[in-house]
Amino acid sequence: MITLVEKLGALARCVLEEMGRMVTFVLYALYTLVRNPGKPVHIIKQVHFIGAKSTFVIVLTSAFTGMVLGLQGYYTLAKFGSEGMLGSAVALSLIRELGPVLSALMVTGRAGSAITAEIGIKKITEQVDALETMALEPFKYLVSPKIVAAVIAVPLLCAIFDVVGIYGGYLVGVKLLGVNTGAYFHEMYKSVVWKDVYSGVIKSLSFGFLIAWICSYKGYYTDHGAEGVSRATTAAVVMASVCILVCDYFLTAVLL
Amino acid sequence: MINLVNLVKTFGTQKVLNGLNLEVPVGKITAIIGPSGEGKSVLLKHMIGLMRPDSGQVFVEDDDITTLGRTDLNRVREKFGMLFQNAALFDSMSVYENVAFPLQEKTKLSREEIHVKVLEALENVGLRGTGSKFPDELSGGMKKRVGLARALLLNPRIILFDEPTTGLDPIICRAIHQLIKDTHTKYGFTAVIVSHEIPEIFDIADQVAMLYRGEILEMGSAVDIQHSTHPVVSQFISGSLDGPIQFVK
Ligand SMILES: Nc1ncnc2c1ncn2[C@@H]1O[C@H](COP(=O)(O)OP(=O)(O)OP(=O)(O)O)[C@@H](O)[C@H]1O
Ligand SMILES: [Mg+2]
Repeated sequence: MITLVEKLGALARCVLEEMGRMVTFVLYALYTLVRNPGKPVHIIKQVHFIGAKSTFVIVLTSAFTGMVLGLQGYYTLAKFGSEGMLGSAVALSLIRELGPVLSALMVTGRAGSAITAEIGIKKITEQVDALETMALEPFKYLVSPKIVAAVIAVPLLCAIFDVVGIYGGYLVGVKLLGVNTGAYFHEMYKSVVWKDVYSGVIKSLSFGFLIAWICSYKGYYTDHGAEGVSRATTAAVVMASVCILVCDYFLTAVLL
Repeated sequence: MINLVNLVKTFGTQKVLNGLNLEVPVGKITAIIGPSGEGKSVLLKHMIGLMRPDSGQVFVEDDDITTLGRTDLNRVREKFGMLFQNAALFDSMSVYENVAFPLQEKTKLSREEIHVKVLEALENVGLRGTGSKFPDELSGGMKKRVGLARALLLNPRIILFDEPTTGLDPIICRAIHQLIKDTHTKYGFTAVIVSHEIPEIFDIADQVAMLYRGEILEMGSAVDIQHSTHPVVSQFISGSLDGPIQFVK
């Protein structure tokens, strides 16, 4: 019994310690950003890497998400004889929920894992130490630009996701299943309000921040060798994905 | 210039530095020799604040860097240049960018001025024409020389070299020693060189310190060390298998 309590206590301490380190990590990254933002080119490069290079994946996944929403939505709405609501159903689910979440998950898989691996390898091959010996702040080059870039890129990717998804739904609902074009878009205009849009934007801003934070943190505190980096990468992707979904619930509850 | 007082550093149960004292004089070349795995690289990392000792102090001029926060530590590090044992080049940058990087980030030089300096630095280490290669396309010795060019370029007042010539052929090795010596005469920096090049290192070092079992066993001019009567030092310098240093324990 005592050992069980001890073990739980040790676990709790471990978790608290990690959380403390994570918070100090991100606070320091933000402090560096304010004190010593560095050249815009570092941020632009990261926006290119996290954002521009993810566009294809985002377009692909969003097209299919929109299309499947079209199918499922039509099937369900047809039961109530309200196929005309399809545009509204597709747009609302994308803008409020699926756009921010799925685009963030895709970015985690594509760019988040790369962020962890890059920082992890730089750490274990003493490249981070080399920056320090030059009296250059490693966070300025490795962490802060990635956080800014993710906060810029993820909402933009989410916007692409929403638009392409809506057209995917249109393709299936209107062109394939014969819903009226006017009804599809009219219902959409009627039901989507400003609040839906900004709650989506707030979500994807937060997710972008979370991805960059968790993935660079995991890379920075990687263990030894190639296996250490691969473990850190897996852990980062799992943790970021879980955090996105958990955070999504709470944001929805607050923003609703 | 650099003064280490009673440094103790342990990794887990392994005591690497055990109350080490060392004074590095201004404007001189100090060589640190000692068996592999005795803590020479660890010692260098303490001098520049990459590692913190368990106890003891590291004075760089008047600052005890073990007590400094990030900002002050960076101010002290401005005085340093360092060549890592494994070169620690930025692997996503070309050789040219690696050498140019500190200039771009820390000086206000124009692109052309940087270009001239980088080419000259690469030329000095015998790497003309390799600017566009990436670190993973270089041999170990070439990486070392890029690291060396990078460390020398900002004209720091203190330079730490972790085995600048290990893995280089005898001719390049001599050329690198010459380069260090020449730049030293020209700029008068304080140098700490960890080296296994015995006896070549004695030609360029003003002072030699032998690290053994976590302490500086003996320190003196190159000639003193070469003629040392201490059994450990003389065995190490002659490279003999018989003596107090037992390779197979
Ligand atoms: N980060 C670390 N964590 C744990 N142990 C370490 C660490 N760095 C060094 N050590 C240990 O400290 C000891 C000294 O290592 P160091 O790299 O300083 O040796 P060295 O004298 O430079 O050897 P060589 O001449 O082979 O380069 C070694 O036994 C090593 O295992
Ligand atoms: Mg070493």
